[in-house]
Amino acid sequence: MEAGVIISDLIEIKDMVFYRGERVIFNGLCMSVAENAVTSIIGPSGTGKTTLLRLIGGQLVPASGTVRVMGENVSKLSRAGLFELRKKMGLLFQSSALFTDLTVYENVAFSLRVHTDLSDSLIHNLVLMKLNSVGLRGARDLMPSQLSGGMARRIALARAIAMDPALIMYDEPFTGQDPIAMGVVVSLIRALNDALSMTSLLVSHDIYETMSISDKIYILSDGVAIASGSPEELQANQTEKVVQFLNGLPDGPVPFHYPADEFVNDILGATH
Amino acid sequence: MSIRTTEIIVGAFVLACGLALAFLAVRVSGVDLEGNRDAIMLSARFDEVGGLSSRAKVSMAGVTIGRVIDIDIDTEFGEAIVTMAIDGRLSKLSLDTGARILTEGVLGGKYVGLIPGADEEYLVSGDVIVDTQGAILLENLIGEFVTGAGSK
Amino acid sequence: MIRLLRILGQIALGRFAQIGRASIMWGSALNSLPKTSDARLFIDQIYVIGVKSLILIVMSAFSIGAVLALQFYTQLVRFGAEEAVGVGVAMVLLRELGPVVTALLFAGRAGSAITAEIGLMNATDQLSSMEMMGVDPLKRIVAPRLWAGFFCLPMLAIIFSAVGIWSSGLVGVDWLGIESVGFWAGMLDTVELWEDIGKGIVKTLVFALIVTWIAVFQGYDSEPTSEGISSATTRTVIFSSVAVLTLDFFLTLVMYGDF
Repeated sequence: MEAGVIISDLIEIKDMVFYRGERVIFNGLCMSVAENAVTSIIGPSGTGKTTLLRLIGGQLVPASGTVRVMGENVSKLSRAGLFELRKKMGLLFQSSALFTDLTVYENVAFSLRVHTDLSDSLIHNLVLMKLNSVGLRGARDLMPSQLSGGMARRIALARAIAMDPALIMYDEPFTGQDPIAMGVVVSLIRALNDALSMTSLLVSHDIYETMSISDKIYILSDGVAIASGSPEELQANQTEKVVQFLNGLPDGPVPFHYPADEFVNDILGATH
Repeated sequence: MSIRTTEIIVGAFVLACGLALAFLAVRVSGVDLEGNRDAIMLSARFDEVGGLSSRAKVSMAGVTIGRVIDIDIDTEFGEAIVTMAIDGRLSKLSLDTGARILTEGVLGGKYVGLIPGADEEYLVSGDVIVDTQGAILLENLIGEFVTGAGSK
Repeated sequence: MIRLLRILGQIALGRFAQIGRASIMWGSALNSLPKTSDARLFIDQIYVIGVKSLILIVMSAFSIGAVLALQFYTQLVRFGAEEAVGVGVAMVLLRELGPVVTALLFAGRAGSAITAEIGLMNATDQLSSMEMMGVDPLKRIVAPRLWAGFFCLPMLAIIFSAVGIWSSGLVGVDWLGIESVGFWAGMLDTVELWEDIGKGIVKTLVFALIVTWIAVFQGYDSEPTSEGISSATTRTVIFSSVAVLTLDFFLTLVMYGDF
């Protein structure tokens, strides 16, 4: 209610705690995503970056703390309210997650058909517009199985922006792409954000690409944000962990080894 | 385009199911679709119906002409009252028509056989057949045979 | 000892949770159907689930009817009661084999396919992405399949019984030379619309409910890995078969009662 007054922050996460089984994924995470900006979350694999997106989308519920999206407390929403909220969000899955039984065209048209009563010709125009913006208007009659990974990701992007969402979230948009496709995706994210005045939230561990398009970056480690700021501020940050992550050093405060006994003990069978 | 074909095929599937159900109902369970509009309802009193089921057939000269509808007991005289629906075309069954309970083959079910009479007057719906012969029970036959053989 | 109890307790709680999730899924999926826009999804599923199982059902019914006719004939001809073949086959098919065999074949053919399809959708994030697009997969994916399964199985069972009886007639009358009138008249006398055909259909409705529920839930709840999908598919076939056979006993007990 009170957040309805000022919503310059589209997403607000406060003291969020989340467990997966016995493991702590988030331990009092605080962060916010400003409207119309590209905000990125980087961090080593396994820090729950994808989990974070699902928490924001309401597919997971935090153990404590709040996740507010567009002023609404996501975990307190009813099922119907949640689906209403999700119509204003787009999420680009790492695996693209296209509907394999539908053509490219129908994939992009899917949410338009379900959520709106637009006429077929209007939907046709909208779909071609979205496909054109990702440069794949010519691929409209292909099936998802006929697409390369990079093309599939761009189609998924077109599908995610079909309803002109206020917020779009990208889950590892750069992984598994060849350099050209990666360049295409990088520029698309920035261009779409500015052209459609959306808010973008990006989750990645590709530091270089992420730095190049983000307005603000959070570095996650051990369930909390260890640093945040614009790319320039982070470059200037001399905290050990930040330096290790940004420069890709194999060992440091974020250890190379998964917690285990001393190798010598293990190999000599001293334990067990 | 492909949706159209799907719809047609599904329609054909539902139709096939309807036909199958109709086949089961008419050919197998013998539901009379024409109903019993003009049927003549007759009843007959038997001293013994042993094994006759409702829905058993009623035949005359070996031709099925109707069905048993109800079997009840006369609480006063201890007789069985069998109500039958007879094909409406048989409007000229004479008053002294007889009814017997017969067995189809050795192991077959029981049915009611009507024997034509000679009277000038005809049975109408609601009449009672007087000339009846109940079911012959195998146990009684054997019993009679044993006692009859013993007494000779 | 205490550790064993703890493990058993955890397994039991896991089962309860699973049943709970299955019930919630069932409830929220069925909460929603009566919308005309969903009719097309439903018809598509009838095509996939029902029509595509038809060939299997017809072929099995044909051979089962023929075999039943042969077996009844060899036994009954010794008593000169070969005309009772018709009644025997009709009763067995309508009351038991029609509903049960159709349900088992259905579990193997359509049930496993439903599980694999939904499982794969789950594994490739298609269900999640649908959710994130504000479309409830329970309504879009699960509900049409549940309803289509519920309608298709009884229809298939009716076709199964009809084809089986017809093929037994083919074998009995046209080949073994049972007198045609006696063969069919025997059925007419004995088989009753509600008692035999109707109660058989009631059985298939129960089976339809349980088999599609198991199939859809196993897919929906499967581990998102290839191993998870394969074991979910296996579970669908096993659970539904056991459920059908067990339920059949109790349904027979209740419906034809008096034991």
